[in-house]
Amino acid sequence: MQFLKTIYTIWQRELIRYWRDKTRLASTFIQPLMFLAIFGSGLRQTLASGNLGVDFVQFMYPGIIAMSVMGVAFFSTISTVWDREFGFLKEILVAPVSRTSIALGKTTGAATIASSQALILLILGPFIGIKINLAIIPELFIFMILLALAISGLGLFIASLMKTTESFGLIMQLLIFPLFFLSGAFFPLTAVPLWMSIISRINPLSYGVDAFRQILLRGQLPEAVLSQFSLHSITINGLFLSLFAIVMVSAAVMAFNKKS
Amino acid sequence: MHIIKVENLTKKFKDFTAVDQINFTVEKGEIFGFLGPNGAGKSTTISMLSTLLLPTSGKASINEYNIQTQTNDVRKSIGLVFQDPSLDDKLTAEENLRFHARLYDVPKEKYEARLEEVLKLVDLWDRKNDRINIFSGGMKRRLEIARGLIHYPAVLFLDEPTIGLDPQTRSHLWEYILTLKKEKQMTIFMTTHYMNEAEYCDRIAIIDNGKIVAIDTPANLKRSIGGDIITINTSENEKLQKELAGLKDIVFKHVNGEWVLEVKDGESFLPHLLQQITTPIQNVTLRKPSLDDVFLKLTGRKIREEDASDTDKMRSMMKMRRGH
Repeated sequence: MQFLKTIYTIWQRELIRYWRDKTRLASTFIQPLMFLAIFGSGLRQTLASGNLGVDFVQFMYPGIIAMSVMGVAFFSTISTVWDREFGFLKEILVAPVSRTSIALGKTTGAATIASSQALILLILGPFIGIKINLAIIPELFIFMILLALAISGLGLFIASLMKTTESFGLIMQLLIFPLFFLSGAFFPLTAVPLWMSIISRINPLSYGVDAFRQILLRGQLPEAVLSQFSLHSITINGLFLSLFAIVMVSAAVMAFNKKS
Repeated sequence: MHIIKVENLTKKFKDFTAVDQINFTVEKGEIFGFLGPNGAGKSTTISMLSTLLLPTSGKASINEYNIQTQTNDVRKSIGLVFQDPSLDDKLTAEENLRFHARLYDVPKEKYEARLEEVLKLVDLWDRKNDRINIFSGGMKRRLEIARGLIHYPAVLFLDEPTIGLDPQTRSHLWEYILTLKKEKQMTIFMTTHYMNEAEYCDRIAIIDNGKIVAIDTPANLKRSIGGDIITINTSENEKLQKELAGLKDIVFKHVNGEWVLEVKDGESFLPHLLQQITTPIQNVTLRKPSLDDVFLKLTGRKIREEDASDTDKMRSMMKMRRGH
C-alpha cells in the first residue's frame, strides 16, 4: 500500500512540475506541430512515393511519433538530475520508502508526459492527410506507453549516474541521434548492413517504430508490402519494450542504492 | 533510554578518516550540538545517522533502531533539515509538506491538523498556499523545519541550520528551535561551527579532525579553562615571550598573531601583569572564557569564523548559479 502511495506521490509531483513549467507545456504542443508541418509538407513533395510502395509520410509518421516519445521521455527524466542539483533528491532518498517505488514513480511520471504528447500527435495526424483507423487507437496507445516506459527507464538509469544537468544533456545528445537514425524511422531496417542490424536490435526505439508502423498501416497496405519492412511481430515488440523497461528501472534502483 | 547511541562510529573515504571512532549518547528532550570547523566530520556523522551513508565500522542506534539493519525504522524516527536547501520551489509550502507526509505515511485524517500545527509553530500558516520560490532564505529554512516535524519524529537533525542566514534571521530561527524544545520536548541533534549558537545547546561535543575531543555542557566546558582570558598584541613577540615565560601561574599561547593567556583571576592579575612586563604593548583585552577558547585549548587552533564565512559566500554563489 505504502509502495503504491509512494509511486503515486512521486508521479504526481512530476506532473505538477510539468504542468507549472509553461515553457515545457508549450513545447509539448508546438513540437509535434512543427514536426508535422516540416515532414508533412516538405518531405512529401520531394519523396512523393519512393520504391517502398507506400506514401513516405505514411511511412515516416510512426517514426515521428516514436521520436517525440523518446525526446519527451528523455527530457522528463532530467528532473532526477535537477533534484540532485537542487538538493531535493536527498529529501526523497532519506524517506522511509523503497528505492524501487521512487524509481517507478519517476519512470511513470516521465512516461505519462511522453505518451500524452504522442497522443496529441496522433490526434493531429489526420490534418496532414494521415489515415487513422479509430479502432487501432487503444492498441497504439498501449505501445506508446510501453515505448515511453522503456525510454524513461533508460533516461532514469542515466540520470541516476549523472551529477550535473550539463553532463546529462551531453550524454542525451550522444544517444538521441544514433537511437533515432537506427530506429527504422527513415528507412526500413530489413535491408541494412549487419552492424546496423545488430545495433537496431538493442535499440528500444526500433521496436517502438516497428510496432507503431504495423499497427497504423495494418489494413491500409497489402500484407506483403507491410511485412517487407516489418522486423518483428507485435508481440515480440511489446515483450522487448517491457523487458527493456524492467531492466532499466532495476539498474536505476541499483544505482540509487549504491550511493547510500 | 538513550534516543541516540553511538559506539566507535568510523567512516573512512579511501585513506581519509572523516569520522574516527566517536562515542556519545543523546537523551530524550535534549539539544545536543556538534561543534567543530568545516570538514571536521559533522555532516558525515549526520549522513551516517540518517542512513544516507554506511559506516566503515562501529555502530549506532536511533530510537533503539540500528542504523545499518533497521534503516526504515530509523528513517521514520528522524526529521532532517539539511545543510543545503532541499525544497521543491515549483511547489507551494503546503504541497512540499504534503509530499513529505505521504512518503512518511502520515494518516490522511491527521494530516490537516498536523499541517496547521507545524506551520503555526514556524509562523508560516498564512503562507501555506504560496509557491516557495518567493520565500526568503529564513522562511525556507523554517519550512524545512516544519517539514521535518510533520511525521512526529523522535529526533530532529539540524545540519548547520543557520548557515547562509543573516544574524537577525539566525536569532529568530533560534527562537523557533527553543520553542520546539520547550513545547514538544523535542530531541534535537544539531551541528554548527558558530560558537555563539553552540551556547544554546544542553550539551555539546567538540569535534576536530573526525575525533570528539570533549563532551559536556557549555558552562562546564568553559569552566574547564579555569579562569579568565587575557589577550595581548605586540610587535615585539620574542621579548614578550621571554617575559611571559618568567611569570608564575599562567598558561599562554601565540595564536593568529596575538598572545592568549589563561589566568585564574583576571581582574587582579592584569594590573600585576602590566607592572611586570616592559615590552611595548599595542592592546590588551580581558574576558571570560568562550567556547572558542575551549576549542583553542583542546585543539591548539581557533575555529576561524573568517574561513567559515568565505565558505558561506561560496555556498551562496553556488546557489545563485543554480537559480536559488
